[in-house]
Amino acid sequence: MIRATGPDPLLIIVPAFNEEAAVGGVVRAVHEHVPGVPVLVIDDCSGDNTVNAARAAGAEVLPLAHHLGLGGCVQAGYKLAHELGFEYVIRVDGDGQHDARDIPRILEKLKTTGCEMVIGSRFVSENGSSTSPVRSLGIWFFRAVLRPILGKPVRDPTSGFVGVNREALGVFSRSFPLEYPEIEALVVLQRKRFRFEEVPCRMRPRTTGRSSITAAKSLYYIFHVLLGVFVNVLKSGPHHRGGAPSGPSGK
Amino acid sequence: MTSLLNVTTILSFILLILVLVSVRRAHIRVEYSVSWLLASAIMLILSRARPALEYITTHTGIPDAPLTLFLITGGVFLLMFFRFSVIISHLRDDNIALAQRVAILEYHVRSRGGNES
Repeated sequence: MIRATGPDPLLIIVPAFNEEAAVGGVVRAVHEHVPGVPVLVIDDCSGDNTVNAARAAGAEVLPLAHHLGLGGCVQAGYKLAHELGFEYVIRVDGDGQHDARDIPRILEKLKTTGCEMVIGSRFVSENGSSTSPVRSLGIWFFRAVLRPILGKPVRDPTSGFVGVNREALGVFSRSFPLEYPEIEALVVLQRKRFRFEEVPCRMRPRTTGRSSITAAKSLYYIFHVLLGVFVNVLKSGPHHRGGAPSGPSGK
Repeated sequence: MTSLLNVTTILSFILLILVLVSVRRAHIRVEYSVSWLLASAIMLILSRARPALEYITTHTGIPDAPLTLFLITGGVFLLMFFRFSVIISHLRDDNIALAQRVAILEYHVRSRGGNES
């Protein structure tokens, strides 16, 4: 069983859906580069052998009874981490694109700055990462949209390589966007007057499986996220740090 | 005009029977059948009460009675679809929260079982 031990317990969560081929490598890489830190794989009702592959690699697994989508899957991990008393949680995607060597850098930034969220960014410095032209266009578009809302630039708003502290964990346990959560989560935090930072991270190209955002879904993605952003902006005025959460879980 | 009203009457009647049978067989819960029963009743009444339809047509400035019937029917169904969208959204949120809770509780139970054995 996972236990929150030590002064600043850290949990690595790995949302996974049909990532049998990659998830074992992700878990082993985390154990190699951040030894002693527990890894929780949240299985979003995969049809393949993701659960066994994760367990064989030494991860704890939280299997969901049915497919909830990325947001619901990540939020389940946040809820369990919050209940177990973890101080920091870093999310690493199960497809192997995130480099576990960057986890200590994200944790360090969380601790030294005291900000509520740290994003592992492909674009903070030149790190050799590449992304598709369609995705680059989307990132450029959302940077422009988010700049006035967040009050500061965000270079990689779609990154899923994210660390949060306990305050943000509490907020996300109660309220977390369900689909395409990364961008909306930033706005949710901003409404609480929370802060975020970015650190440069390496991203590897996906070697197995497919991205959930295909070219055909890109337009829907942009519309959906844009609507979610503005709904969150309009929901209520900014809350002060540690203020009450907005709405029930999953909204 | 008359044939249009007759067709509307028949459709409303079929909808009414369908809803009642579905409620009786427990395919629809009573609370969700109310909207359908109300919609079919409104269509049935308007299609049979031609003076009422013409009264509404005259007072709303709509060019003719069939268009009035079409607009009212469309409006009623739009409201119903909106209501069901709200219900579905609530159910989805509840469903996700329950699935997460079940997964977390199962995790705790497994962990406790592992510790005891």
